[in-house]
Amino acid sequence: MDITWDDLVGSALLGTERRRPAGLVGDAEEAAAGLLDAAAGGVLRRRAGALPGVAGARPAAAPADRRPELPEAARRRLWTLLADRTGDGGRGGRRGTAPNLAELLPQWLAQARKEGYAAPHALLPALLDAARSRTDLRPDALALAGPRGLWLAGLNPEWRFALRAGHAGAAGGGPADAARARRLWEEGLFAERVALLTRLRLADPAAGLELLASTWRGERAEDRLMFLDSLRTGLSAQDEPFLEESLSDRSRNVRATAAELLSALPGSALAARMAARALGCVSPGNGGIVVEAPYACDAAMERDGVAPKPPSGRGERAWWLGQLVDATPLSVWSERFGGRTPEQIVALPVPDDWQSDLHAAWCRAALRQRDAGWARALLGPPPAAAAPLTAVGDPAKLLSVLPPAERAAWVADFVGAHGLSEAFQMLGVCAVPWAPALGRAVVDALDIARDAGSYPWSFSGVMGLAERCLDPAAVAQVAVLSAAAEEPPDGAPGATVYWSEAFQRLTGTLRLRAVMLAELRPRPHPAGPPAADTAHPAGVPAAIPGAVRPAAVPGAAHPAAAGPPAPDPGAGAQ
Amino acid sequence: METEARWTVDQVLALAPDAASRKAGARLGAPAPWTGTGAAGGALWGLCKGSGSKPYQTAVDLDGPAFRCTCPSRKFPCKHALGLLLLWAEGGAGPVAAAAEPDWVEQWTSARRKRTESAQAAPPRVAGPADPDAARRRADRRAVRVEGGAAELEQRLADLLRGGLAGADRGSYRQWDEIAARMVDAQAPGLAARVRELGAVAATGGDWPSRMLEETALLHLLARGFLGREGLPGPLAETVRARIGYTVDSAELLAGPTVGGQWLVLAQYDAADDRLTTRRVWLYDEGAGRFALLLSFGAAGRAPELALPVGSLLDAELAYHPSALPLRAALGPHGLSPALPHSAPRGTAVAPALASYGTALADDPWLDAWPVLLSAVVPLPGPDRWQLADAATEDALPVATATPAAARWRLAAVSGGHPTTVFGELGPTGLRPLAVWPEGAAEPIPL
Repeated sequence: MDITWDDLVGSALLGTERRRPAGLVGDAEEAAAGLLDAAAGGVLRRRAGALPGVAGARPAAAPADRRPELPEAARRRLWTLLADRTGDGGRGGRRGTAPNLAELLPQWLAQARKEGYAAPHALLPALLDAARSRTDLRPDALALAGPRGLWLAGLNPEWRFALRAGHAGAAGGGPADAARARRLWEEGLFAERVALLTRLRLADPAAGLELLASTWRGERAEDRLMFLDSLRTGLSAQDEPFLEESLSDRSRNVRATAAELLSALPGSALAARMAARALGCVSPGNGGIVVEAPYACDAAMERDGVAPKPPSGRGERAWWLGQLVDATPLSVWSERFGGRTPEQIVALPVPDDWQSDLHAAWCRAALRQRDAGWARALLGPPPAAAAPLTAVGDPAKLLSVLPPAERAAWVADFVGAHGLSEAFQMLGVCAVPWAPALGRAVVDALDIARDAGSYPWSFSGVMGLAERCLDPAAVAQVAVLSAAAEEPPDGAPGATVYWSEAFQRLTGTLRLRAVMLAELRPRPHPAGPPAADTAHPAGVPAAIPGAVRPAAVPGAAHPAAAGPPAPDPGAGAQ
Repeated sequence: METEARWTVDQVLALAPDAASRKAGARLGAPAPWTGTGAAGGALWGLCKGSGSKPYQTAVDLDGPAFRCTCPSRKFPCKHALGLLLLWAEGGAGPVAAAAEPDWVEQWTSARRKRTESAQAAPPRVAGPADPDAARRRADRRAVRVEGGAAELEQRLADLLRGGLAGADRGSYRQWDEIAARMVDAQAPGLAARVRELGAVAATGGDWPSRMLEETALLHLLARGFLGREGLPGPLAETVRARIGYTVDSAELLAGPTVGGQWLVLAQYDAADDRLTTRRVWLYDEGAGRFALLLSFGAAGRAPELALPVGSLLDAELAYHPSALPLRAALGPHGLSPALPHSAPRGTAVAPALASYGTALADDPWLDAWPVLLSAVVPLPGPDRWQLADAATEDALPVATATPAAARWRLAAVSGGHPTTVFGELGPTGLRPLAVWPEGAAEPIPL
């Protein structure tokens, strides 16, 4: 009795009372039993007799990757860092003494990329997921993922971002890449186009400008604004004609941005026009600086980017003056004031309350023109401990114009004199890892804050920065502090324990960073110093400070230069 | 003294009862919270600073492995044990160095080993229950109840087919839950579990009538098999009893004939419902071409105790449960071998693997997870359905629908479109891959 499976399913669906499979006899009840018997045979035949299916489309095999594999320890570290990413990192409450892994992943990726490793294949899905949710990780993560990662991303729509980045990244190579770049420029999403433009400006600024100019008239005003902003990258005199033309743009914001960019080009015609106006307002006299702010904002000034209406609470004339001065090449002032240095000019008295407006405008100009000499002069020496803090402009931004070593020294002195409460922004612009003197100053300041009895969470921002930026070589100094000290009599109750915990966490993170970076070093280290270093459990406060060994990890003193965020030259503009 | 090869990190992490404790363990795999760590003679220990004032005492006996921790966690092994193992895995120069066992460790390991030894040295308990008559009476009573349950189930299934399955996808789970409860009362937990699954089939959509008829027919076959067990060949009758839910005492099994060998730990994974976590561990003796499945259970929220590192070799005596198709086994005396596999095990192509599944079904029609090792196969990702295809032929197997996405993508990433060796469970909906060996690798990557 051969009943087809479909016939059986049909009868089962309707019930044997309504439909009996052909060949089954008896009443409905008997037929139901017969149906089950037949189906039992049927299901076994179906399952046992299953034949292989026909293979569908096969993806082309992933291209070979000749880069070396990660050392075993580094592979494990990556696993941990990626697993922790989705972990309870965001959970509030006490963080305890466990090292802060979230701060370490970007640095790990950057360093692994620098060493030229390939990511382990089994971790590619986790790596791509991480890069998907954190755009800041993408460049390094995708570089590590390499050809196999790109291949994998091609199979999963969720990882499409990697393909976009990959293709666009190839732009600027040959004619084929140029064609691909043009296609992406014409068809891509807005974010893709901005990314493409930025990348092109890094590699070949002229080509980027050409691409932008080709579609400029058809772009929407808000897009034009963003694209124009991308020209900051690789800005040069070559961009002047385009920017000059943009001064007549329909959109006011586009005009203002074009003017701002032009003013960052000291040789530009706009800069010269602004200089002529500014020199008319600011002149030497009476043993100081005489300021005669403009009385009107004419159409020509407006075309050059001067906003006519001041924000509420500010006088029109001061507002116009500021804009004229901050768009003026700083080099003109030395000539104007008889060859004086920036320091001497800044020291000149300015009567009639114009000093703050004038100096603030110079600060913005120093930032825009990346003029270290003027930034140094405006910043002055770090204020002494007793001196009141009256900052001109934004010290953190001015610092970002100075060379890294000078920046670190200035901030170290500042922290030494004033502690940490005003220093967060300044620390943020210092090069990573912090210079030894800076690291010492920060740790000393933390120590002082603890002795003063304040709560450590008032300093959690600085602690987080320290976890990321402190040189691992500073670990010895921190480890000493993690020993629980005596509760100061007038301190916040219980704070000592928390401080000790915070220092332990800092110690743990620093050690981990040193170990982590050592693991990535190309030469195999058998039972070398990195492993031996971990033999001293970091969380154990040493009873005798001298017993704590410094982290003798070769190379650990040069972790990835995760660098400060790229300074924004236009950030000072109104 | 340091005689044992240290485990790899993957082996340690494979011990984690779930993803959360894997993460927590990985966090603790840093030296910071640890003091007083050491290793000696197959044991390692350390004190881990927790939230309390007193650090937790954590110890691991690698011979087993067995874990002990004073933390209140109900996970097993707990995160502290995992963290300790990770530290130890860093090597002899790492944070867990050779040292003398402190008293608390020594007391635990010696007591544990004494227990193991006496268990092994004790004469096999063939004695059975104290009162054979009472035991027989109990067994008879249960047989009557299970028969009653099976007969009732038969009636319910016949009623179902008379009225038709149409509408079963709209019906509530209640009727299935009620029948399942009746089967529990009838001391036939195997039947109860299948009935519950039957209730879920209709909700899966697609071609559910066909799948539901399949499962209904197999349930019918099982009930009929039990009612007619006298007429079945001995091994098949044992298979039926096992599928109905009769359990066999492991000690009793191990007192009987055992199978020794060097077993490769192929895979370990957990499946949890709201009452029970079931851990499945697949072993393979390549020399004898034999697979074995170890099951370990944990009550709600508790991880099962058995934990074996994937990719390691286990010298062990096993006793298979009596069945027409011996797969499930009880784990007897065992120890991790210091040796490591030289190469990936040799597998078959797709067609022979399917054929072996067919043959196995003849012995156990209710089989839903047949272990297969496939050589030179390529995963083919697809928008709806994935396949595993022979590299050399056009033959392909569907990847089981229940395979987690993470496992599928890891498989694809490891393969890179190149032929690999894959271990997995073959079932009615396809292959669920559990481990993959990249080209040329000797150690599997768990999926």
